[in-house]
Amino acid sequence: MNATNLIVTASPHLKDRDTTPRIMWTVAASLVPVILASAFFFGVSSILVILASTAGCLLTERWLGRKDALRDGSAMITGLLLGLSLPPGIPMWMAALGGFFGIAFGKAIWGGLGQNGFNPALIGRAFLQTAFPVAITTWPTPGGDFFALKGDLFAFPFMSPQITHVVTSATPLGLFKFEQKLTPIVDLVLGTTGGSVGETSAVVILLCGAYLAWKGYLNWRSPVSIILSVLVLGQFLHFINPARAAGGLFHVFSGGLMLGAVYMATDMVTVPTTNRGRWVFGGCVGALVVVIRVYGGLPEGVMYAILIMNAFTPLINRATQPTVFGTVKLKEAK
Amino acid sequence: MAFFGFAHGVHPPEEKELTSGLPIRRMPYPDEIILPLRQHAGKPATLCVKVGDRVERGDPVGHADGYMSVPIHASAAGTVTAIELWPHPDGSMAQSVHIKVDKYALQMPRPRLVPRWEGLTVEQVVKAVQEAGVVGLGGAAFPTHVKLAPPKDHTVHTLIVNGAECEPYLTSDHRTMVEYPERVHFGCRVMMHTLGVSKAVIGVEKNKPDAIAALERAKPKDLDITILPLTVKYPQGAEKMLIHAVTGVEVPSGKLPVTVGVVVQNVGSLAAIAEVFDTGLPLIERIVTVTGHGLKRPANLIVPVGTKLKDLLAYCDGVTPNAREVINGGPMMGMAVSNLDAPVIKGTTGIVVLTSDEVRGETVYPCIHCGRCLEACPVFLNPSWLGDLARVRRYQDMADEHLSDCMLCGSCSYVCPSNIPLSQLFQASKVALRRIQIAGAA
Ligand code: SF4
Ligand code: SF4
Repeated sequence: MNATNLIVTASPHLKDRDTTPRIMWTVAASLVPVILASAFFFGVSSILVILASTAGCLLTERWLGRKDALRDGSAMITGLLLGLSLPPGIPMWMAALGGFFGIAFGKAIWGGLGQNGFNPALIGRAFLQTAFPVAITTWPTPGGDFFALKGDLFAFPFMSPQITHVVTSATPLGLFKFEQKLTPIVDLVLGTTGGSVGETSAVVILLCGAYLAWKGYLNWRSPVSIILSVLVLGQFLHFINPARAAGGLFHVFSGGLMLGAVYMATDMVTVPTTNRGRWVFGGCVGALVVVIRVYGGLPEGVMYAILIMNAFTPLINRATQPTVFGTVKLKEAK
Repeated sequence: MAFFGFAHGVHPPEEKELTSGLPIRRMPYPDEIILPLRQHAGKPATLCVKVGDRVERGDPVGHADGYMSVPIHASAAGTVTAIELWPHPDGSMAQSVHIKVDKYALQMPRPRLVPRWEGLTVEQVVKAVQEAGVVGLGGAAFPTHVKLAPPKDHTVHTLIVNGAECEPYLTSDHRTMVEYPERVHFGCRVMMHTLGVSKAVIGVEKNKPDAIAALERAKPKDLDITILPLTVKYPQGAEKMLIHAVTGVEVPSGKLPVTVGVVVQNVGSLAAIAEVFDTGLPLIERIVTVTGHGLKRPANLIVPVGTKLKDLLAYCDGVTPNAREVINGGPMMGMAVSNLDAPVIKGTTGIVVLTSDEVRGETVYPCIHCGRCLEACPVFLNPSWLGDLARVRRYQDMADEHLSDCMLCGSCSYVCPSNIPLSQLFQASKVALRRIQIAGAA
């Protein structure tokens, strides 16, 4: 028999079929319904914004990342998520710049995939929030003609955008915070409110997340703990001071909470590896979100809450190491 | 059912249906037998034949070198043609005795070489088992007589018999339980006698209902033997996992099972004890599962120890064109064979031929901290973190993170989506750490 084509490797010789690219691309694909939903509400503008941010991410990854780093799909996810977290009327060059910043400073300088401490999409968004505070808080009203642009998307870089013919409105969180107007929960759940591209339909996001969790590509512990903690703490503060704090359900379904909980607080790279750690992480994110929303100067706090907790991830990891088999008794004996 | 299983673990494809229904058959004698003097854990045997000697089936070719050693016996009658370094299935070269098999010999056993066990004292049984060259047949090849006489400072209350056979593909223990349940029970009887215990538990994974039924049917009335169905999960057959499943006790980190009062032996080894007392012949053949999608005719075979893998595969009609890797043992913990001239030895549980679709890919991605390895590790280590440490050679830190508790089961590498060779790194780290410790002590 011919033994020349035999290989010799170390055990184990079998491998589960799931690979990192397969996980990443499935997560990216699961965002398609979310994107379609946002196109339904905001028309072609949302597609353009997502295209721009994704292009920014992919080109930057291509430029700064490992050789064929694009194949693993992680830059794709960053691009899609960044686009979904921006307002639909933002000029495309800003979205692309955010993508560049997110990948370059949120990922590449850390050493690429798996090494970054903070969620790159949120880094990109935080940069835009600081650099263009007006553009990123201009929220067009959903609905209207599909092809009507929601803002000056094609503005040239560093020209002041011309937003004249677009109807804008505050987000439900802004409405409550600055005008004490409560948006009905039904509208929040369905997504017929103003907000960023993907901050709209909580139902669609939840369904996509459930699909991923069922496939085993998403650890359900952080989203569940975030939602629970927001619900409980939000309701508690509402109970104390109804005028200042909206109810728990309102908090859960408004703003970027769903997108953040399901897609950003589950980014495996930047959240704790241990299951116990994920509960801690989620619980803290939820609490921070409510505190920022109710007591902070900003109407929305999901981005900062997740970024802050990203910084604590290594600490949480250390504190929640599993107990090694056969060591419980040893500790007791000591 | 948590009591009969353990947390974590993985579910690799079992692939046992290739051979689980095939009765055990005897393989004809090959033309040449290769007997390495090192086939067991402990000291290698010392040579006691020379080139040109005629040996009968069952004659020793090497004597035990002390208590932690067993003799090696000729598995066929013939002439010693060479004594030289020869490829060992573990990849090294080992001193081996070559025997040209006498084609015309009847290969009949001589008069009884192993005494009957009835009426022997415990010491005599232990000695007889050692002289018969019996070792654990589950893979590690630990000398069986050592397990028959545990250290005096511990009391043993239960004999646990490992019939889990959790490695994918392998079915030799399964077939042994189905076809020779009396031998398993007989082996149990001998061990319970020497250990002085009154209770034995045979753990069998639930995917082998025929084995459980056969063992139940053959159960002797006068012994307290329980047959315990176990959850199907890898690595259910790992010693510490099995003890946990049976007794609910965790063996303390770094300690031997005997500290919690149990001794574990695998079913194949028990059948081997029974066989040597039964036939009067020493351990010179064993049941090997020869299987895999890369093999034309998978089978469960009684193989003379020393048969070259080449001859064994040829007897199974050879390998398919897409065969890619030949594994000595199961695919999770077994070793890839680099040279098919290497022989079957006492510890060879199976030979698995994997195809190019099954072997691991080469692309490795960075760790994405998905946490799957943490959920897989049966001893609750953090393989992701240990892997990071291994890559930067922080071996001492790895030791503090309980590297010694890693049993190299491979579950972490199996699940890692980034294809990081975690358990392979840990194996290398253990070696490196030992070297550091030796250097430190010197
Ligand atoms: S090889 Fe070691 S670290 Fe990996 S799963 Fe097995 S025991 Fe855990
Ligand atoms: S399974 Fe692999 S990628 Fe996932 S945490 Fe473990 S080492 Fe990292």
